[in-house]
Amino acid sequence: MNVVAPFEGIGASVRRKEDFRFIQGRGAYTDDFNRQGQLHAWIVRSPHAHARIKGVDTSAAAKMPGVVAVFTGADMAKDNLGGLPCGWQIHNKDGSPMAEPPHPVLAVDKVRHVGDPVAVAIAATREQARDAAEAIAVDYEVLPAAATMADALKPGAPVIHDGVANNLCYDWHIGDKAVLDQAFAGAAKVVSLDLVNNRLIPNAMEPRAALGEFDRTTGDYTLTTTSQNPHVIRLLMGANVLHIPESKLRVVAPDVGGGFGSKIYHYAEEAIVTWSAGKLARPVKWTADRSESFMSDAHGRDHVSKAELALDANGKFLGLRVHTYANMGAYLSTFAPCVPTYLYATLLAGVYTTPVIYCEVKAVFTNTVPVDAYRGAGRPEATFLLERLMDVAAKETGIDRVDLRRRNFIPTDAFPYQTPVALQYDSGNYHATLDQALQSADWAGFEARRAEAAKRGKLRGIGCSTYLEACGIAPSAVVGSLGARAGLYEVGTIRVHPTGSVTVLTGSHSHGQGHETTFAQLVADRLGVPVAQVDVVHGDTAKVPFGMGTYGSRSLAVGGSAMVKAMDKIIAKGKRIAAHLMEASVDDIEFDRGTFRVAGTDRTKALVDISVAAYVPHNYPIDELEPGLEETAFYDPKNFTYPGGCHIAEVEIDPETGQVSVANFTAVDDVGRVINPMIVEGQVQGGVAQGIGQALLEACVYDADGQLLSGSMMDYTMPRADDLPPVSVATHTTLCTHNPLGVKGCGEVGAIGSPPAVINAVVDALRDFNVRSLDMPATPAKIWQIINGGRRMAAE
Amino acid sequence: MPQVTLTVNGQTHTAEVEGRTLLVELLREKLRLTGTHVGCDTSQCGACVVHINGESVKSCTTLAVMADGANVTTIEGLAKPDGTLHPMQEAFREYHALQCGFCTPGMVMSAIDLVQKNPQGLTEQEIREGLEGNLCRCTGYHNIVKAIAAAADVMHGKRSEIARAAE
Ligand code: FES
Ligand code: FES
Repeated sequence: MNVVAPFEGIGASVRRKEDFRFIQGRGAYTDDFNRQGQLHAWIVRSPHAHARIKGVDTSAAAKMPGVVAVFTGADMAKDNLGGLPCGWQIHNKDGSPMAEPPHPVLAVDKVRHVGDPVAVAIAATREQARDAAEAIAVDYEVLPAAATMADALKPGAPVIHDGVANNLCYDWHIGDKAVLDQAFAGAAKVVSLDLVNNRLIPNAMEPRAALGEFDRTTGDYTLTTTSQNPHVIRLLMGANVLHIPESKLRVVAPDVGGGFGSKIYHYAEEAIVTWSAGKLARPVKWTADRSESFMSDAHGRDHVSKAELALDANGKFLGLRVHTYANMGAYLSTFAPCVPTYLYATLLAGVYTTPVIYCEVKAVFTNTVPVDAYRGAGRPEATFLLERLMDVAAKETGIDRVDLRRRNFIPTDAFPYQTPVALQYDSGNYHATLDQALQSADWAGFEARRAEAAKRGKLRGIGCSTYLEACGIAPSAVVGSLGARAGLYEVGTIRVHPTGSVTVLTGSHSHGQGHETTFAQLVADRLGVPVAQVDVVHGDTAKVPFGMGTYGSRSLAVGGSAMVKAMDKIIAKGKRIAAHLMEASVDDIEFDRGTFRVAGTDRTKALVDISVAAYVPHNYPIDELEPGLEETAFYDPKNFTYPGGCHIAEVEIDPETGQVSVANFTAVDDVGRVINPMIVEGQVQGGVAQGIGQALLEACVYDADGQLLSGSMMDYTMPRADDLPPVSVATHTTLCTHNPLGVKGCGEVGAIGSPPAVINAVVDALRDFNVRSLDMPATPAKIWQIINGGRRMAAE
Repeated sequence: MPQVTLTVNGQTHTAEVEGRTLLVELLREKLRLTGTHVGCDTSQCGACVVHINGESVKSCTTLAVMADGANVTTIEGLAKPDGTLHPMQEAFREYHALQCGFCTPGMVMSAIDLVQKNPQGLTEQEIREGLEGNLCRCTGYHNIVKAIAAAADVMHGKRSEIARAAE
C-alpha cells in the first residue's frame, strides 16, 4: 500500500538512501571492480614540459615478468585511432574558428606538458606494469617551454603546436566596443583593477580510474570509468577515438568519489584501457596514483584580467570593460573553450544594471596540463572580478561598499531582465539575500568585534560578495549556435512496476550530490510512492536512455524536470486506466499523491491498482491504450537558471605570522525551490570550503621550465578541517519561472560566491596597509610581507 | 615470498605477499575488502585508515608484513553481526557527514579512534585538529565535526542514541 508520510516530499530533509552502503564500506567505485583475467596498465608520462620524442624503446620492458603488452602512440596510429575531441568550438573576432590542434591519446612526435602520456605497459599485476613502465626508455630532445601565458605570448616563444600562431587558441569578444567607449567618455570616475584568478587542481578524493573489457563472443566493449557523464564519454570515445558504434560500447560510471568538473572530460586513459582490452581480449584496469592525478586531471581557473568600471557621479555603473587571458594548457580539454567565454563573459553583468559591457578573451596554449571547468567554471572568475572591483570602486568613490552594490542592483521588479551580455535572468531578489546575510552575519555590529580583536593584537576584517551565476546550461539550439557540439537536455524514465514500486532511470549522474534520495523525493512528492520504494538508476549506458550527465548544477533543473515530465505522462496514462476501471470520464479523474479519484466522489483507485491493471490487462482499455506503466521524457530547458545570493566572510589576521583565519562565514543563497534542505546545505558548505581553499590555500605552481611544483598533497594545500570555520547557510527562495520544479541549482554557488567575500574581508582587515589588489591565495607569507613592508615603510 | 597471518574483522587470513606489498593492497586486492580506499600516495588523505589492534593507522603507509599477527578492523567490520551500525556510522548518516563517500571509511575509522582516546570529551576545535590526517573534498567538514560530536556522546554513554539533527 502506498501511503506516503508527508515529510518525504519536496522540502523534507530526508536522510540519504545511498549512505547505507557508503558508511559500511560497500560503495562500488571503479577501482573496486576486478575481473577474471584482468591485467593492469601503467602509463609512462613525460617528465618534460616540452620535448621532441626521438624514440621509444620498449624492448626491455616487454621482456619483464608478467608483462603482456607495451603500446606506444605509433601502435595506436597503426590502428587509425582518432585523437581526443573537443566538444566546443569558439570563433574568433573575425569569424574564423579557433585553433584546434590534435590531441593524440598517446603522444607521437612531441610531448607538451609534464604528465603527457607517451606509452603504456600492461602486465599481470599493477606492480609489474609499473616496473615495466619504468623500463621503457624514451629518448627526448628537450625543447624550451612556455610555462606561463606571458611566456607563450612573447615574440619568439616556443611553438607548442605547429600551425598555431602565437600559441593563441582564440581571440574572442562580446559586447559593443564603440558604445562602451562612449560610456567611458562620459564617466565621472573610472576604476580599474588587475586580477589573477589562481590556477587550481580539483583533487576529487577518488583518483581517476578506468577498466576496459571486451567480450569475444559478442564483440562488445565495456568501459567502467570515473565519469560524471557516461553517455558523453561513450559518444566521444566511440565516435571520435576508437570508432566503435554505440551499440557495441557500454560505459558505466558506478559510484564516483567526487568530480567537481574534473570527471566530465574524456581522458586518454579511458581510450587506452578500452582499446587494449580489445587488442588483448582481456580486461585492463588503470588507476591513477595521486601524483598522476595532479599532472593529468584537467586543472581549473587560471585567468589574468584587467577590469575597468565607469561610474557616474552618483556611483551608478555606466559601463564595464574587461580584458582576459585564459590558460588552456597544452591541449584543448573537452569543454575548455566555452569556460572563459560563454560561462564567464556572459556573467559579467552579475546582479547589476551595468548598461554596456565589453569583454575580450584571449585563450592561450601553454606547456601545462589542460585547463577546463572546475566547480563553478567561469562564474567564479567573473564573480571574483566583479566583487573585487565593487570593493575597490567603493573605496575610490567613497561610497559605502554595501550601498554601492545596492544602488546598482537589478531591481526586484525588473525581471525578466535582459543583460547586455546575452543572458536573460528570469527571477531573483538581490536585496532580500543581501539583507538576510547582513543581519545573520551581524554586519552592523562588526566594528565592535574589530575593536575587540585589536585589543588581542589581531586584525579583523569583514567582506561580502553579492553574486549571481547561471546553471543548467541551455537551450540546446542556442548553445549549438554558440559552438557546442552537443545537446544539453536531459532524460528521465519512470518505471512503475506491477506492484507499485518505482525505478527511475536518469541521465544525470551522482558523485556525491545525493540524487538517489532527492530524485526519490520528487517521485514521493508527485506520485505518492514512499522514498524507500523508489530506486534511482544512473551511470550506465546499458540501462539508461541517452543522457547528458551532471555538471553546471544541472541535475535537478534539467534532469529533475525530465523526471517531472515523465511522471506527468504516467499520471495522464494512469487517469485513463482509472477512468476505465471506475467507469468514469477521464476528464473527471483527479490525481493526488498516489490516489486517482472521480472528482467530487469517494470513488478512488490507488496507483498500485492502476499498475496492476496496466501489467495484467484483464480489465483494461486495450483498444486505445498499450499495457505497461513506464514513460520516458527528454527535457530541453528554455533558459539557464540563475541562482544568486550574498556571502559574508569575517577574518582575523595574526600580524606576527600573517596567518588568516576565517572566523565566521555566512551564506544566504537563492537556489530556487529546495527539495532537500539538508543536502542543499551540505552542497553549499562543500562549495564554500573549496572557495575558501582557493582564496587562502590552494595554488597550482609551475616553475619557469614547466615543472609542476605543487605536484602532490604535500605541496598543494588542500583545506583541512582546522583550516575552515563553521559555515552558516540559509536560503531565500525566488522560484525559477521556466522549469516545472522552480529549482535553480545549488552545487556551485558555494565556490562562486565565497572567494571574493574572503579576499574582501582580508583587504578590509588590512585597511591600514593600503592594499588595493591582492591575488589569491592569500598565504601567510603574502600577508606578512604586506604588513611588514607597510610597517617598514611607515617607519622609514 | 613472505607469508602473513592476520585477523581481519574477526576472520583469520593467511596470504603470500611481496616485501613491498602495502597493507591496503593486501586488504583491497587479496582479501577483496574494498571499503578501505586509497586517495593519495603521500600519506596525506587518510582514506585508507583502518584499526590495527584498536588504533587508527594509515594502511597505505603500513607494509603488509608489519601487520603479521595483528588484529585489523576495517570499515566492513564495524557494524555488529546482527547489522546494528556503530554509533559513528549512524551519526555520519544522520548528520549528512558524507557526500561522495570516498573519504568516509577512513574518516569514520579515524573519528572512532579520536573519540576513544578522549573519554573526557572533545571541543569542536579539538575535533577539527584531530582530523588533521583526513581529507574530505566534498563536505567542508562542517557536518563531519557535528557527527563526531554526536557520536562521542553516545560512545561515552552521555546519550543513549544519535539524536536527530535539527532540521
Ligand atoms: S591513501 Fe592517502 S593517506 Fe593513505
Ligand atoms: S565525502 Fe567526498 S571526499 Fe568526503
